Amino acid sequence: MTTRFIETMVGLFVVLGALALFMLAMKVSNLSRLTSNDGYEVSAYFENIGGLKVRSPVTVSGVRVGQVIEIVYDSNRYEAEVVIRLEAAHDYFPIDTTASIYTAGLLGEQYVALEPGAEEDVIIAGDTIELTQSALVLEEIIGKIVVKLTSE
Amino acid sequence: MVAATLQNIGSWALGLFENLGRASIFFAKIITAIPHALTRPRLIIREVYSIGVLSLTIIVVSGLFVGMVLGLQGYITLVDFGAEESLGVVVAMTLVRELGPVVTALLFAGRAGSALAAEIGLMKATEQLSSMEMMAVDPIKRIITPRFIGGFISVPLLTAIFTAVGILGGRFVGVGLLGIDEGSYWSQMQANVDLIDDVANGMIKGVVFAIACVWIALYKGYDAIPTAEGISLATTHTVVNSALAVLGLDFVLTALMFGNL
Repeated sequence: MTTRFIETMVGLFVVLGALALFMLAMKVSNLSRLTSNDGYEVSAYFENIGGLKVRSPVTVSGVRVGQVIEIVYDSNRYEAEVVIRLEAAHDYFPIDTTASIYTAGLLGEQYVALEPGAEEDVIIAGDTIELTQSALVLEEIIGKIVVKLTSE
Repeated sequence: MVAATLQNIGSWALGLFENLGRASIFFAKIITAIPHALTRPRLIIREVYSIGVLSLTIIVVSGLFVGMVLGLQGYITLVDFGAEESLGVVVAMTLVRELGPVVTALLFAGRAGSALAAEIGLMKATEQLSSMEMMAVDPIKRIITPRFIGGFISVPLLTAIFTAVGILGGRFVGVGLLGIDEGSYWSQMQANVDLIDDVANGMIKGVVFAIACVWIALYKGYDAIPTAEGISLATTHTVVNSALAVLGLDFVLTALMFGNL
């Protein structure tokens, strides 16, 4: 058991550990998805955000373009304010863009879907998306169905 | 009768405090000797070899099997809800947050902690430690601290390796054998595992368990009664106390990190 052998094995061990950490950071966690700070932030008001969470994805046509960075309740508007950060590359959304909260799959996580409108003017940092559609709450839908069925 | 019981409890409590005090002084001595030990990296490298590198086999094999079992059990549960695509999240979260640090620390206590306690206990029994002191060599600086640093470096690395291998094991069962989509295995994992909240907190657990396990092993060895029976007691106590400390600390750390208590 020479010193050289021991040092080589320890070197190998440390490299292996570093590789494992690197894998945990890059492949397992969300580091590769963290949007850099060069995006811009816009907010949207929803009557009901359902199960939307901070870090939920923001998509256009199913493509991820940003993420939710803050959710607060606005007591002046009686609505939830959702602040989203969009990537700098996606800077051309007309001001009549619609933001909706959808669910991925039957029991999946909720996300914000943007649907671009037709106006000439575009959304810039700090703007508010005015056209929004709240999350669907299962109990509300069931309630409506029950009302409709019993009224007939 | 009552007086005798009270006396027993009292002497037990006093003994406990005495032990805690001695262990704390021992720990403080190790901490103050760390700068000195760092000037002799050769000693530390030798300890990283015997503590870390030699534990690699058991860590990799256990990690693989724990990950594979998680993949299988997770699949069986999730498939009832049609949510088997979430297997990646289940496997990764379980390993990163809990099983990685805890099982690594338990295996480490069994594989390396007991060896450390027995080695130092035997050094004490054969009066090697006393003879070092006779030659004006401080055994804390020369023997104990390099082992402490070696364990401190090794356990977090072993934790990372265990977790990574476990996730690959889960992938092998889920994607390779049960036919889950590879893309959703990784992408759901990435969408839900946070670098700071999950991975970094898991690594902090690894560091805390490293300190606890190595400290207990070294103290039990150093404090052993210098007889054959004393050394066997010391190794037993090392494994039992390390396991209890790891599981207890794990609850406290989990409550602090994820519990919102």
